[in-house]
Amino acid sequence: MFQFIARRLMLLLPVMLGVVLVTFMIVRLIPGDPCVTMLGERATPAKCEAFLDRYGLNDNIGVQFVRYLQNLIKGDFGDSIRFTRPVTTLIAERLPLTMELTLLAMIFSTTVGVLLGVISALKRNTFIDTITMIIANIGVSMPVFWLGLLLAYLFALTLKGTPLSLPPSGRFSAGLSPIDLAKFWGLENLSGLKFFLVELMSNTVLVNVIITHDWKLFWDALRHLILPAVAVGTIPMAIIARMTRSSLLEVVGLDYIRAARAKGMVERRVIGKHAMRNAMIPIVTIIGIETGGLLSGAVLTETVFNLPGFGTGLVAAILARDYPVVQGFTLVIAVIFVLVNLVVDISYAYLDPRIRLE
Amino acid sequence: MSDQPGTNKINKQADLLVVNHLKKYFPVKTGVLKRVSGHLLAVDDVSFSVKSGETLGLVGESGCGKTTIGRTILRLTEPTAGSVNFDGKEVFDLKGDALKALRRDMQIIFQDPYASLDPRLRIGNSVMEGLEIHKIGNKQDRYQMAVDMLKKVGLEDYHSRRYPHEFSGGQRQRIGIARALTLKPRFIVCDEPVSALDVSIQSQVLNILKDLQDEFGLTYLFIAHNLGVVEHISNRVAVMYLGKMVELADRDELFRSPLHPYTQALMSAIPIPNPKLKRERIILKGDVPSPLNPPTGCRFHPRCPIAVAECALKEPPFVEKKPGHSVACWLA
Repeated sequence: MFQFIARRLMLLLPVMLGVVLVTFMIVRLIPGDPCVTMLGERATPAKCEAFLDRYGLNDNIGVQFVRYLQNLIKGDFGDSIRFTRPVTTLIAERLPLTMELTLLAMIFSTTVGVLLGVISALKRNTFIDTITMIIANIGVSMPVFWLGLLLAYLFALTLKGTPLSLPPSGRFSAGLSPIDLAKFWGLENLSGLKFFLVELMSNTVLVNVIITHDWKLFWDALRHLILPAVAVGTIPMAIIARMTRSSLLEVVGLDYIRAARAKGMVERRVIGKHAMRNAMIPIVTIIGIETGGLLSGAVLTETVFNLPGFGTGLVAAILARDYPVVQGFTLVIAVIFVLVNLVVDISYAYLDPRIRLE
Repeated sequence: MSDQPGTNKINKQADLLVVNHLKKYFPVKTGVLKRVSGHLLAVDDVSFSVKSGETLGLVGESGCGKTTIGRTILRLTEPTAGSVNFDGKEVFDLKGDALKALRRDMQIIFQDPYASLDPRLRIGNSVMEGLEIHKIGNKQDRYQMAVDMLKKVGLEDYHSRRYPHEFSGGQRQRIGIARALTLKPRFIVCDEPVSALDVSIQSQVLNILKDLQDEFGLTYLFIAHNLGVVEHISNRVAVMYLGKMVELADRDELFRSPLHPYTQALMSAIPIPNPKLKRERIILKGDVPSPLNPPTGCRFHPRCPIAVAECALKEPPFVEKKPGHSVACWLA
């Protein structure tokens, strides 16, 4: 098991190299250049030249790439052209929100999806089944941005003033922000990896609240995340519901289920112990794939709900031709994607004794 | 346990299981509104009995309702009509704890050894599970009973910690037998237990079934479509066609002088291991009609080589033509 994980983590290296190479090339193939976006249409060629020189963008592309790789190995993702700040700082600021959004959306889509799937499988071909599957089909075909707007309209306008009302935009209510952990711990002059990690933890509300016990902030952040999480989690929820239904129906028809009933087992246990545990394998696969999909769905959701997350940051960077940010953010997403798949693979070994991780 | 070898001989004449006018219709739903548009007559008015300690073979083509009969007797499928009496108890009237108690006495062995074991349970746990459900003994006892039963079917105690995928088809089928037997049932439905196995493994499993029958005084309802297998293991044999029982007799009697033309056709299809021997084969015309809309009168008449006009009009009753030999045919 340990060996398996170690080997999979080693495989991350070529994946990262490939991702870096491809994004490095692609961002430079996009028409337009950072000079124009930064200095404006009327920048003189001389000024532009100086600008490009300063960021090393005039060098041969091979030289640029090698220099970028050398810096990456040292943990230096370069500086954002637009903000003239380290890309790592931007990651530490923007990644936590998207991770929290993805986590919450995953919790929503998995619990609701599996629940709906089980109900409709057990009530197969009844009215309940039909209704559930209609909900699932609508969910699959509902665009994220449209559902997001509808939810915002319902919960922020129609239900305004009721206890059910939820904020439609932003990460926190006005005046609230997470306590900086560097200050909380009285740390000064942090740099490098330490600085990055402390920043990351400061901005992760879930971690922050455990350390500072600022529960007011936690509930506020949670309330702000509910609508986006439901919006982005609806498609995976619907897919998981349909997968659960078909997977469970397939298993329920097998003889070992009949054998359990023949032994006199209570139906609830038959479903819980024998059927669900075997039906989980394809469901977990889907959950893994959809988690990756959630990261890309986050771009739209963050735009609709005006959240300063990873997705909006990446889009803004692409539009501004902010090469180092695009490269850095894409690399982080790729690593997360690979790690999620690793978790899925490890869970297979637990779910299915036929799969040995060696 | 109080299983004495020999009791089966004493009880040989007593009926352990009596099936009366058993019917199982599956509703067929069509259209968006799922309206019931017809019924699939899987089992249509079948009556028979199984004597204590005997093996009743049940043969017929695929789709004739054999498996449905087995499952309905065990209440794994709910019946449409009819009754099943097991050792004085009306099986279809039982509920809750009484039904659970009955399940200890009646077990099933399945056809497909690859679908009959939960891939996520170690086989020791699969075999033990019935004991857990019925709260028999403590954990140690249960494990010991499971291991003992595995040994009876030719497996070792270390096998109990393995998962189903680590076993061959024949081994899995023996595990299925051990699982059915841990509760010390008196009656077992063997639903084509060897038809998924290699011929070389079939006899091994059949012999285990026979040995266990002698040891525990078991009664079998042995469902199969292979007449050779049925001849080997059964005391009496029943033949089914399209949801109906067409013939029932002692094994030797049935194989020596089959009365129903369908049974005769089946018999003529048994391969004889003698290339020089030539005999006339009765080839049946056409396919088995759909059980959704079975033929009128005798269900076999469209394919029957000797059918007369009467056969299409009136359904032949299932009557005893000779002592212990019943048949449903106007011409027999």
